[in-house]
Amino acid sequence: MKIFRADLHNHTLLSPCGSLENTPRLIIETVKSKGLNIIGITDHNSTMQAPLVKRLGKEAGIFVMCGAEVTTKEEAHCLAFFEDEDTLLEFGDFIYERILNIPNDPNKFGYQVLIDENEDILDQPEKLLISATDLSLDDLEREVHKRNGIFIPAHVDRHTFSLVSQLGFIPFDLNYDALELSKYTTREQFVAQFPYLEQATFIQSSDAHYPEDLAAVYTEFYMKEPTFQEILLALKGVDGRYAKPGGKF
Amino acid sequence: MKVRDIQEKLQLQLFSGGSGLDNEITGGYVSDLLSDVMGNSDSGEAWVTLQTHKNIMAIASLKELSCIIIVKGFKPEQETIDKSDEDGIPILGSDKSTFEISGELYQLIKK
Repeated sequence: MKIFRADLHNHTLLSPCGSLENTPRLIIETVKSKGLNIIGITDHNSTMQAPLVKRLGKEAGIFVMCGAEVTTKEEAHCLAFFEDEDTLLEFGDFIYERILNIPNDPNKFGYQVLIDENEDILDQPEKLLISATDLSLDDLEREVHKRNGIFIPAHVDRHTFSLVSQLGFIPFDLNYDALELSKYTTREQFVAQFPYLEQATFIQSSDAHYPEDLAAVYTEFYMKEPTFQEILLALKGVDGRYAKPGGKF
Repeated sequence: MKVRDIQEKLQLQLFSGGSGLDNEITGGYVSDLLSDVMGNSDSGEAWVTLQTHKNIMAIASLKELSCIIIVKGFKPEQETIDKSDEDGIPILGSDKSTFEISGELYQLIKK
């Protein structure tokens, strides 16, 4: 087994708040030059741009975890990852149906652009992707695990759009695969605030919306190879594998 | 003023926690961010919110709130109801908006 560096929370130009410069190609080039082995693509409530990043990543030797950052009805952001493309896209369609029907105004919220490998525009989803879904936290957890996905409440230390800000604390019986910390804290700082989470698995991610924010922090994965199943086993700490915040670049 | 008085005067539906209808109301707190309620509410307050997750009961118990009023016709989840019955903190409901219910509650409590 060996150590892999992963940054599992990144937005592309498909997210309205994501920079139009954050194209799949630029993301892969940037993270490769920084020395990451694994990245996650997690646009707001959409999975559509992730497969292209995965293909480009494969050519460059970067393993890409495809997913989305879903907004629950409590407005807590949670990461969801899926192993195969069919499940990923089906989940994306499911989520798109469940977000509020508010049209995106690009002048107010930014453009939501889906592109192909030639950087030609394929689609601009009509609904505002940063709206909340009508799924409760528990609904979302069930929907992700029903599809054999990985469920990770995002940036739980943040004072906005986090499980802690919206619901006060991490529910004791919530079935998560890991908890994500933002680049603004450390595991020690967070656990000092919530000692009952001492045994939890934490990852730490950049949540990059702009090229300059890519690969700010990373998670260290100790496992056999960079695959979805190995990452899941590392999050669960099976047979000596582990995942832990690796710190800043 | 007791929880049962505001339930009657504001015509609120009782979802659960009926054994706490005689809890004394000392004031009100209005917020949908549970971290904010945990940090800033005081014991005895009636809490107006649109959140329905079971964590609202954990916070109501921790802060010894008198009751929770859920607005806009939202309904508490089953686990939230069970915890409310267990802890004797009533969960009440109204079809009205947070603005209307808070205004009416303020009028009642300030007397």
